[in-house]
Amino acid sequence: MSGISELLLLLVVVLDLAILTSTRLTTCIRTSALQGVLLASLPATLLFEAAGRAPLHVVALGVFLLLLKAFAIPTLLFRAVRAADVQHEVEPFVSLHVSVLIGTGLIAISFWLATVLVLPRLAPSAMVVPAGLSTLLLGFLILVSRRQAVTQVIGYLMLENGVFIFGQLLVREIPLAAELAILLDLLVGVFVMGIAIYHISREFDHIDTERLTTLRG
Amino acid sequence: MSAAGTLALQLAMLLALPPLLPGVIGRVKAWFAGRRGRPLLQTYHDLFKLLGKGAVYSRTTTWLFRAGPVVSLACLILAGLIVPLSGPRAPFGFTGDVVLFAALFALARFFTLAGALDTGSSFEGMGASRDAAFSALAEPTLFLVLAIMCLPGGAPSFAGAWTALSPVASGVGRAPWFAAAAALFVVYLAENSRIPVDDPETHLELTMIHEVMVLDHGGPDLAFILYGSALKLFVLGAVLVHLVLPFPASGSWTFAATLVAGELALGVVVGTVESIMARQRLQQVPQLLIGAFAIAAVGLASVTFQGVR
Repeated sequence: MSGISELLLLLVVVLDLAILTSTRLTTCIRTSALQGVLLASLPATLLFEAAGRAPLHVVALGVFLLLLKAFAIPTLLFRAVRAADVQHEVEPFVSLHVSVLIGTGLIAISFWLATVLVLPRLAPSAMVVPAGLSTLLLGFLILVSRRQAVTQVIGYLMLENGVFIFGQLLVREIPLAAELAILLDLLVGVFVMGIAIYHISREFDHIDTERLTTLRG
Repeated sequence: MSAAGTLALQLAMLLALPPLLPGVIGRVKAWFAGRRGRPLLQTYHDLFKLLGKGAVYSRTTTWLFRAGPVVSLACLILAGLIVPLSGPRAPFGFTGDVVLFAALFALARFFTLAGALDTGSSFEGMGASRDAAFSALAEPTLFLVLAIMCLPGGAPSFAGAWTALSPVASGVGRAPWFAAAAALFVVYLAENSRIPVDDPETHLELTMIHEVMVLDHGGPDLAFILYGSALKLFVLGAVLVHLVLPFPASGSWTFAATLVAGELALGVVVGTVESIMARQRLQQVPQLLIGAFAIAAVGLASVTFQGVR
């Protein structure tokens, strides 16, 4: 039965919405950590449901994902928030209510897209494509609709989560090494962004990305 | 069971069981707080006491004020006869009954609001305006949830939804049903003025929504309101329980017993939520309700585009 993975993916989408609606930066980071926990258990769950057992390297990947997405990255972000001494409310360009409605529309679009897209092979669970697409699109939404650099990192993380869910379609074809390399890239990306946020805020007293475009050399 | 038998059983359930739910919730809350709590059957005693009293009406009020509790109660009882309680078919079920179900809830609310406004007190008007604002946000979610339930059965009726749901059995583990149940739970808390939205215990003026609207009612009217709110818990809870628990496909005593067990469990869950959560700030309630709407929309998208497997 594909009940558990379906539930996991649905919860991932719900958490996307939760990130979109939360008013505090720390809540956003915590929610995205929770999403990381769900995603870490996803590959093993999918394989277990398909084959009845999960290979060791997939479980190892899950553990690594858990360490990275649920502990390392949130810790980094928390440190960045604390070090940069930023304002703790998120500052959206569009109001939170409107962004939830836009987000709901995007989710509906991704569910529709999932029925239209022709896949090279059968998806392991019918929720994989819509959940991946929604996480991707909502990540984009957060990237473009928020003012603060930290929320942009979170949007970037959601984007990557969406790509990761999409990658589950090919779960038996991506070798472990490639998967780990992608994750390492992600960690480096977040690390660099964390440091960048800290330095930007030290130089300019704010990390408002809108005002960054008006800088003169 | 014959049609008359179903009607009698369902009416008996509607008359006898609902006042038990506030008792269960109260006991759970008391347990969490380390108190003994009020007796489980206290609501029944309250109802009998209030029914024996006379009512006092302000000279500034009109018939609307007196009609409020009566019409609301009648609407809720009728809504209770539309939802299947003792078998997959309700006594008054027909194709399209889910719309009437939502409409009856709306009508009951309208008369409560009208009664509150009729007193001319700005205080009650404030409560009425809050209730109207929040219920306007909760109602679309209710409709989405009803749509999720009815799509697999193909007919917009509870009977169709239940017969299509029963083989699917447990709703948990099926993504759309899980979403529908989660969204409906938020609507359930909002409709019944429970804690994240409204605090049923408080009489602090600035936080009240439902309590403030019924301040001027007394005697039998207050009994109707008390019984009506218990009935609301029971009737909307029946829909929620149907989404979550597996039910036998035909009408029987097991069906009714499953429902009652589910309702009692729901009461415990509500009591737990009330004990461990704080009431949301008024400005944040719309966000909660819109969140529930979004979750229901995800569930509906998943049912529409993927079907039920």
